[in-house]
Amino acid sequence: MTSGTITPYRSQLPAGRDGFAQLLRAEWTKFRSVRSWIVGLAVAGLVTVLLGLLSVAGSHTSCGGSPGGPAPASACTPPLGPGGEAVSDGFFFVHQPLDGDGSITVRVTSLTGRESELEPWAKAGLIIKESTTQGSAYAAVMITGDHGVRMQYDYTHDTAGGTGAVSEGSPRWLRLTRSGGTLTGYESADGTHWTEVGTARLTGLASTVQAGLFVASPDHEEYDQSLGASKTTGGPTQATAEFDHVALKGDWPSGTWSGEDSRGGDSGRQTSVEAFQETGGTFTVSGSGNIAPALAAGGNTVEMSLVGAFAGLIAVIVVATMFVTAEYRRGLIRTTFAASPRRGRVLAAKAIVIGGVTFVAGLAASALAFSLVGRIRRDHGDVVLPVSSLTELRVVVGTAALLAVAAVIALAVGTVLRRSAGAVAAVIVLVVLPYILAVASVLPVGPGQWLLRITPAAAFAVQQSLPEYQQVGNAYTPANGYFPLAPWTGFAVLCVWTTFALALAVFLLNRRDA
Amino acid sequence: MRQALHAESTKLRTVRGTGWLLLAAVALTIALSVAAAAAASCPSGGCSQDPTKISLTGVQLGQAVIAILAVLVVSGEYSTGMIHTTLAAIPRRPTVLAAKALTVSGVVLGAGIVAVLGSLLAGRLLLPALSLGDGPTLRAAVGSVLYLILIALLSLGVATAVRDPATAIGVVLALLYLFPILAEMVTDPSWKRHLAQIGPMDAGLAIQKTTNLPGMPISPWAGLGVLTAWATAALLAGALLLHQRDA
Repeated sequence: MTSGTITPYRSQLPAGRDGFAQLLRAEWTKFRSVRSWIVGLAVAGLVTVLLGLLSVAGSHTSCGGSPGGPAPASACTPPLGPGGEAVSDGFFFVHQPLDGDGSITVRVTSLTGRESELEPWAKAGLIIKESTTQGSAYAAVMITGDHGVRMQYDYTHDTAGGTGAVSEGSPRWLRLTRSGGTLTGYESADGTHWTEVGTARLTGLASTVQAGLFVASPDHEEYDQSLGASKTTGGPTQATAEFDHVALKGDWPSGTWSGEDSRGGDSGRQTSVEAFQETGGTFTVSGSGNIAPALAAGGNTVEMSLVGAFAGLIAVIVVATMFVTAEYRRGLIRTTFAASPRRGRVLAAKAIVIGGVTFVAGLAASALAFSLVGRIRRDHGDVVLPVSSLTELRVVVGTAALLAVAAVIALAVGTVLRRSAGAVAAVIVLVVLPYILAVASVLPVGPGQWLLRITPAAAFAVQQSLPEYQQVGNAYTPANGYFPLAPWTGFAVLCVWTTFALALAVFLLNRRDA
Repeated sequence: MRQALHAESTKLRTVRGTGWLLLAAVALTIALSVAAAAAASCPSGGCSQDPTKISLTGVQLGQAVIAILAVLVVSGEYSTGMIHTTLAAIPRRPTVLAAKALTVSGVVLGAGIVAVLGSLLAGRLLLPALSLGDGPTLRAAVGSVLYLILIALLSLGVATAVRDPATAIGVVLALLYLFPILAEMVTDPSWKRHLAQIGPMDAGLAIQKTTNLPGMPISPWAGLGVLTAWATAALLAGALLLHQRDA
């Protein structure tokens, strides 16, 4: 009898590789082999597109035209500024041609509103404009109702000058000079000591331009908080300014002033007779309207087409949560951890798989919804404020990224709670409910904006296509489509929440028994 | 039926999550209500907003927890396989569903009363304009409790129909939360109105309004009626599928 040692059994099969790639492949196989998850993701894409189509059916932002019939495209398209953005370009313009270089100087002695109601952003001053065509390039130096002297050009640019309102006792001198494509605005309290307000470089400015005096007064806006977050009421307003000491330098070939509303005669928006009078070198000019970028209102933005992403989001959250809770429910998680004992890596692989799959599906769905709904709205003749292709790309890709990160946070919360119903409800409530409370509820604007700063719902800012302009008075509220945070900052808030959820999930995975 | 009720209440009582979920529903409802009331600018003289509705804002959060509870009453049994035992013990399936509905309604009634009373009392401290005794506020309070019960019944019906807990809660919350978003997004006023009239959450929560009633898309009790229709439809669909399918 030999009493040898017993050799332990060794499998003859070569050991499997334990790389991260294998882990990814394992998780991908799990995902694609469960039919209901694939169906769930397809449903997410489908509802994203269908809800977008439904919302366009219930939205008519046409502007005139016969009811029922399509409005003529020209009446519905807002004028476009030099940067390609939609603008409003309507003010009272007292002008004459200026050939080549030159300057115009004027003293403003008063700026008043009708019935002493002066809009904070009522404007009166000097303007040099490429032409009287709406949307043409310009530079202007002006006195405003509440915001002092400003130098503005090409609709979106604004530089602040001296503060204080203008009155008989404290008049303000303004000067605008042109030298080639460079226009410079100056201000002075006495007409001798001048301060530069700002400089504009307008490329491709024609040799002969229209220069002169202008007055504008934007529509009155007012909150009404009694019916939810913010509805605005208001109407056209009018401002009147008095100018004297008009001094011209350079080649002014016509020599006579002509005044007109820059919207043309058929604007139909005049509150009263807009006109200018000249008596003994004193010009009295009344005008309404605004020369500024156009604002989001009544669903005229491109991101309207992606409203269905909310529905897609809910479906994505359900699938992503089940991706981990189903393993706990079936006991597969024990096999998973036996095969790959480093649990943090398993979670990382799951996050990459669900995030990647959701991103691809979300990108397809949002691109389809964006182009399909956009085309239908154009065919309807709906007003859609155009934005640059880069912004369009950010809106579409940002929506897909939002869905992907929401899937990862759902995965993390599912890992923490291990129960699907609680996890799904928690993530939906965290991401969607703050948006509803801020946009469609009784909450006042202030708390609503805070909700969209600190909760994961801040990420919807990535869909906002039009920036906020501080030089245009408006209710920049969530209900009007303006988020309190910049697009990618808002998205980063969701990413921070997701990082915390993932960290907690890894901590609990390593501490708890599976 | 008595045995069925007894069985259901025993199950609900002895499952681990029930107590915590009810506590969470009450706590979250009151917490959000207090936060909303504290955030609302409402001087004692007059309120620009509806003080009762603000004080009951938390119901919009609490309903999600109530929905989890109701979904788990059915889906939890499918997850663990308990449903086989239940249906073996009581083969008449409509009776099982009715017993579950009654049990859940009773539990939600209790939690709802606590949550709504707590919210209103806190609202009374923060918003002096809120008077607890008048008719519209009483209607809003009673209606909010009924609203929570109807949400529970809707969730129960959906869960019975789809069985999987994650899918069921997703469907319920989508039904609740998507209508308000869609109503906010469309611009056509008649679409807005119709969406607010048929959405279970928008219509149901009309019961909380006490001011500016003529301007509402739907009157308070009619709104609760719409939610009742949704809950009934969900329960009928659930009962039908429960009856026809193999467990």
